[in-house]
Amino acid sequence: MSLPVAQEAQIVNVTVNGDEHTATVEPRLLLADLLREVFGLRGTHLGCEHGVCGACTILLDGEPVRSCLVLAVQADGRELTTVEGLAGAEGLHPLQEAFREHHALQCGFCTPGFLLTALYLIDGDPAIDERDEQELREALSGNLCRCTGYQNIVDAVRDGAARLRTAKEEG
Amino acid sequence: MKPPRFAYAAPATLDEVLEALGVEPDATTVLAGGQSLMPMLNMRMAAPRVVVDLNRVGELAGIEAGGERVRIGAMVRQRTIETDPRIARRLPLLAEATTHIAHVPIRTRGTVGGSLSHADPSAELPAAISALDGRMHLRGADGDRVVAAREFFLGPLTTAIEPGELLVAVDVAAPPPGSGWAFLEVARTHGAFALAGVAAVLHVGSDGAIDHAALAMCGVGSAPYVATWLPETATGEHPDEALFEQVAERVRDEISPYDDGHATADYRRRVAVVLTQRALLTAAGRCNGGGPS
Repeated sequence: MSLPVAQEAQIVNVTVNGDEHTATVEPRLLLADLLREVFGLRGTHLGCEHGVCGACTILLDGEPVRSCLVLAVQADGRELTTVEGLAGAEGLHPLQEAFREHHALQCGFCTPGFLLTALYLIDGDPAIDERDEQELREALSGNLCRCTGYQNIVDAVRDGAARLRTAKEEG
Repeated sequence: MKPPRFAYAAPATLDEVLEALGVEPDATTVLAGGQSLMPMLNMRMAAPRVVVDLNRVGELAGIEAGGERVRIGAMVRQRTIETDPRIARRLPLLAEATTHIAHVPIRTRGTVGGSLSHADPSAELPAAISALDGRMHLRGADGDRVVAAREFFLGPLTTAIEPGELLVAVDVAAPPPGSGWAFLEVARTHGAFALAGVAAVLHVGSDGAIDHAALAMCGVGSAPYVATWLPETATGEHPDEALFEQVAERVRDEISPYDDGHATADYRRRVAVVLTQRALLTAAGRCNGGGPS
């Protein structure tokens, strides 16, 4: 019978930060490893590899996902945003500026995941900086940081939301 | 760690899924949102020969909220349940239960059908679906069958789904308009697995007496605990603390919680009693658009 099942490598076409990429991969390859090992985009960090730490969080068609819990082949035809897509020619993204200014990172391992989670949260709730701190902390609770104690990250996300709003208002 | 080798199929239709499931039914795993299966593959606790991916099957991702019962496709994302206005209107209990599942970047992928068929004893959706008189729609080579929640959840990670069969949808009874609801849980941190959780629904008639009541729990046994006796106990009664205390005592005597690294069975039992009373009080307070506070 014609088996609709294949163990052989498959072709994946994805758009990463606006650039089109193609690769031939085994079905078991994780999306995080496609980004890191095949495309050389090592800004996406792999911590726990079972969905707990949030370091590998990226945006898949605009929604945050754990790239260690998605197969590379599942991203075929989709658009990805990774930390490499945030800074522009004119410098850091406003949220990255806020992280730098508020000292929201020490070793930086968790930062890419925090940035992409926070971007999604701000996008869905532009006034998230006006929410009470508990709500903001719960919204960020899927990303673990072992250095900062979180306070500076919460401050940076609040400030980043305000900066993005100002940038939008100024057009 | 990385997943072991497997053969992979990503069919676009339900018919093709069933065909793929039939190739090696005993060595095949279905991949829905992947938020439980992928960690198990990465840690090599699961090593299926074949993985059948449902993510391209559009016909599994719909919600039909027009009828008396609401039908939810197996591939509807948990984040959709959390944000869909039809769910908020007709099944606010389900939306509230969903907010307790892990974190947003998990819920964007995690699905209703995935959680139900994974059947983790501490998972929120099996309890919430049980409280809403859920029925699972299964499809296999021999046709369709419908299994009530009570016959579906058989034990830890064990359901009535047979090899080669697929959970395609769940339908639930929307509580009567004006019903109050609550999903409460205690977990070690926000987003962690529930040590115990409770789903409650109450409706109070114009005479102030309860005329609809349902309660189910997670984390307090090998499968969701359903208080099947509650309608008989509560119907005709006034929703007050004395009644809820009586209900909580019976819950305490009937549940069979377990010890694990996170909490003892005794602790879970005590949490269950408190949560039961709080959930019923919250649900009573939400009856008829807020009601007496």
